[in-house]
Amino acid sequence: MSMFRILDISATGLHAQTVRLNTVASNMANVDSISSNKDEIYRSKQPVFQTILEGNLQEPTGGVRVKEIVEDQKPAKMEYNPGHPLADDKGYIYRPNVNVVEEMANMMSASRSYETNIEVMNTSKQILMRTIQLGK
Amino acid sequence: MAESIFGIHEQALRVRNERANLLANNLANADTPNFKAQDLDFRKAMQDAAGEQSPFDSQMKVTNSRHIQSEGFMSTSQYVMYRQPTQPSLDGNTVETHIEKSQFMENAMQHQATLEFLNSRITGIRGALRGE
Repeated sequence: MSMFRILDISATGLHAQTVRLNTVASNMANVDSISSNKDEIYRSKQPVFQTILEGNLQEPTGGVRVKEIVEDQKPAKMEYNPGHPLADDKGYIYRPNVNVVEEMANMMSASRSYETNIEVMNTSKQILMRTIQLGK
Repeated sequence: MAESIFGIHEQALRVRNERANLLANNLANADTPNFKAQDLDFRKAMQDAAGEQSPFDSQMKVTNSRHIQSEGFMSTSQYVMYRQPTQPSLDGNTVETHIEKSQFMENAMQHQATLEFLNSRITGIRGALRGE
């Protein structure tokens, strides 16, 4: 078993957290988009993580991956605003179902997890370097 | 088992490496729903490694002259256990980042200590060879 596998495992973690940060950025960027149709409005996107199973025994020790990115099924926010140029016949406009507070918390959590994986890589690197220099 | 000049430290390094892999995997999966954190029983693995029938022998045991010598491989999977969470979360994930972090650091320090032992071993043997 390779000594360098630990770096691969942490790298999968970094990638998954990057995807999560990207979806947060996308959600936040679209938070103010407005539509006159509730089916066309932007929906909050959330990544679903999955453990990578490894080897013949399918052991859950291969890191993590993003299985899919799902769209939040919460209904779009309706707002009565008949003066708005995008308002429909009944005078409503629709806003995305993005919850800014949730997204901020999500962002903090993702960046903390990212840092943790970086720390693991740094520590592992030190140990690997010392192993390589064994006996010198 | 032919006694290696590195003694038990050789096996210790392998087990430390495997344990580091498991703990890194736990930390990578800190946000995966239904992931169960795992850890390795280091004490038990080392007790077995020091014992008669070590699972870490580089070769498999031959009990008959006609048996084929084969390269064995080290497996620590029998020592892997699931961590008992102190505060289970709603999504079924049992990774508690602070615990995993501290365990990872502990393992890393002990890994370094093992490397230090090996280094002094090598220095000692080198000194003996040079007649210093």
